[in-house]
Amino acid sequence: MKITPEEVAKVAKLSRLDLPKEKLELFAGQLGDILGYMEKLGELDTDNVDPMYSPVQHTTVLRKDELKKDYTREEVLSNAPEQDGKFFIVPKIV
Amino acid sequence: MSELYTKTLTEMAGLLQSREVTVAEAVKDCLDRIEATEPTVKALITVMSDEALKQAEVMDQEGPDASKPLWGVPIVLKDLLVTKGTRTTCGSKILENFVPFYDGTAVVRLRKAGAVIIGKANMDEFAMGSSTENSAFFQTSNPWDADCVPGGSSGGSGATVAAGQCFAALGTDTGGSIRLPASFCGIVGLKPTYGRVSRFGLIAYGSSLDQIGPMTRSVEDSARILQVLAGHDPNDSTSVDVPVPDYLVGLGRNSLEGTTIGLPEEYWGKGLDNEVEAACKAAIAKAEALGAKTVPVKMALTDYAIATYYIIAMAEASSNLSRFDGVRFGHRNKDAEELIDMYTSSRTEGFGDEVQRRIIMGTYVLSSGYYDAYYNKAAKVRRLLREDFEKAFEQCDIIAGPVCPTTAFKAGDKADPLQMYLMDIFTISANLAGLPGMSLPVGLGGDSGMPVGLQFMGPAFSEAEMLSVADCLERNLEPMPMAKL
Repeated sequence: MKITPEEVAKVAKLSRLDLPKEKLELFAGQLGDILGYMEKLGELDTDNVDPMYSPVQHTTVLRKDELKKDYTREEVLSNAPEQDGKFFIVPKIV
Repeated sequence: MSELYTKTLTEMAGLLQSREVTVAEAVKDCLDRIEATEPTVKALITVMSDEALKQAEVMDQEGPDASKPLWGVPIVLKDLLVTKGTRTTCGSKILENFVPFYDGTAVVRLRKAGAVIIGKANMDEFAMGSSTENSAFFQTSNPWDADCVPGGSSGGSGATVAAGQCFAALGTDTGGSIRLPASFCGIVGLKPTYGRVSRFGLIAYGSSLDQIGPMTRSVEDSARILQVLAGHDPNDSTSVDVPVPDYLVGLGRNSLEGTTIGLPEEYWGKGLDNEVEAACKAAIAKAEALGAKTVPVKMALTDYAIATYYIIAMAEASSNLSRFDGVRFGHRNKDAEELIDMYTSSRTEGFGDEVQRRIIMGTYVLSSGYYDAYYNKAAKVRRLLREDFEKAFEQCDIIAGPVCPTTAFKAGDKADPLQMYLMDIFTISANLAGLPGMSLPVGLGGDSGMPVGLQFMGPAFSEAEMLSVADCLERNLEPMPMAKL
């Protein structure tokens, strides 16, 4: 299967990654090989098979809606690259 | 007492309870061993000397607590299990300075059982790899041969246990990441049933595949750790609320009479190295001599498992890793002036090649035009794979085969990503089906002199039976030596 560097660049952008030209070319070749290998699944008839997304087949697990304080604001902010003691700070959005 | 590092966890726990060894002695012995062997093995990203020695002092003053099965035992964690106050990197630059403010459930349970955490083990970045060569920091060596890889992704955990730096380590297994390094390093590795152990506080790779499990120097050690880890956790809705059996009660049996072992034709055929086949076959012959019956079983979809696995794992990885955006934790590019640029540059700088490759692949197979052809197709094949197992378990109690077609390979030998993925052929089916699997060392390869692991796979929640069979076989095989370092 053939994947072009432009296709890789497009998917990379969707993934919030920005790759240099050499890497786009390298990945294009490798992803083509990997996707080509994956195409063997097409040999199997799965028309009447339900997809299985998780080994645990359960209905939604609910817990009581009780107020609980697990962590302090200080703890939650402790790893932020930028914060002011109250909020996470990010660069301007628009 | 000399050479404490050669003891099993079970022996060590006994010596600590009887005060023949103090916690401080146990910890110091491990730290000495780390100092002596780390220059060669390079298994640990963080050594927690100060915390461990301080904790040992307090514990020695209080004295042993018989209600705590791991009281005073030094243990290492794979560096993707979050530890309160101790840096947790996941083998990635993006989390190089991440210091969690809580312990994961597995860590809480180990601490409650009295364990002393002494280090965080190296790993493939975000657990993506089969050799630990994808760590953003350094390459871990196999204690049996420093030129060889320890396997992955829990390669640091495998190497630290094999090198005698601790008495057990926790690893995680998404497609073989406990069993492969256990096999390559000559130790016991157990991946429990999906849902048996809480994943809370495990930095996610493939959420429907990941499980935490013990890596130890004996089957009994494995049972003791699983006993502590297993059970429902309200913080992980996929941790199943089924009773936890006594994993020790079935150990010590002298015969495998009444046990039927299924041997999948697809696991014992072409592509298997002679030395791996010979060691695994000898172990099966021993099981038969002990009274086990063996039957051939079919795992017809084995050839499709790798494709199925990588589609699902990469899809889940691409969504899981979207949380690394430079806002709440992890690396941020401080020069970016606009939000989207900040996300993009932080992620591009923070993630290594293999992680980027899998995020892109995962995004591709989930994108609207390809979702049905790849992701949904793989999810359907996944159900067929599980049905294969269900059919096989109508004929046998447990399945056995090699962990990997080869023994540990040389670092740098598998530079092509697809070649590396093929190493997982025998291990990934258990993750897709959510079933327990374990690696038991069964000797050294006749050509390479490197360890060979035999894999067991069983029905969901059959860990007690699996441990019982593995323990019987372990006690009747030649004892596995420790690596000479």
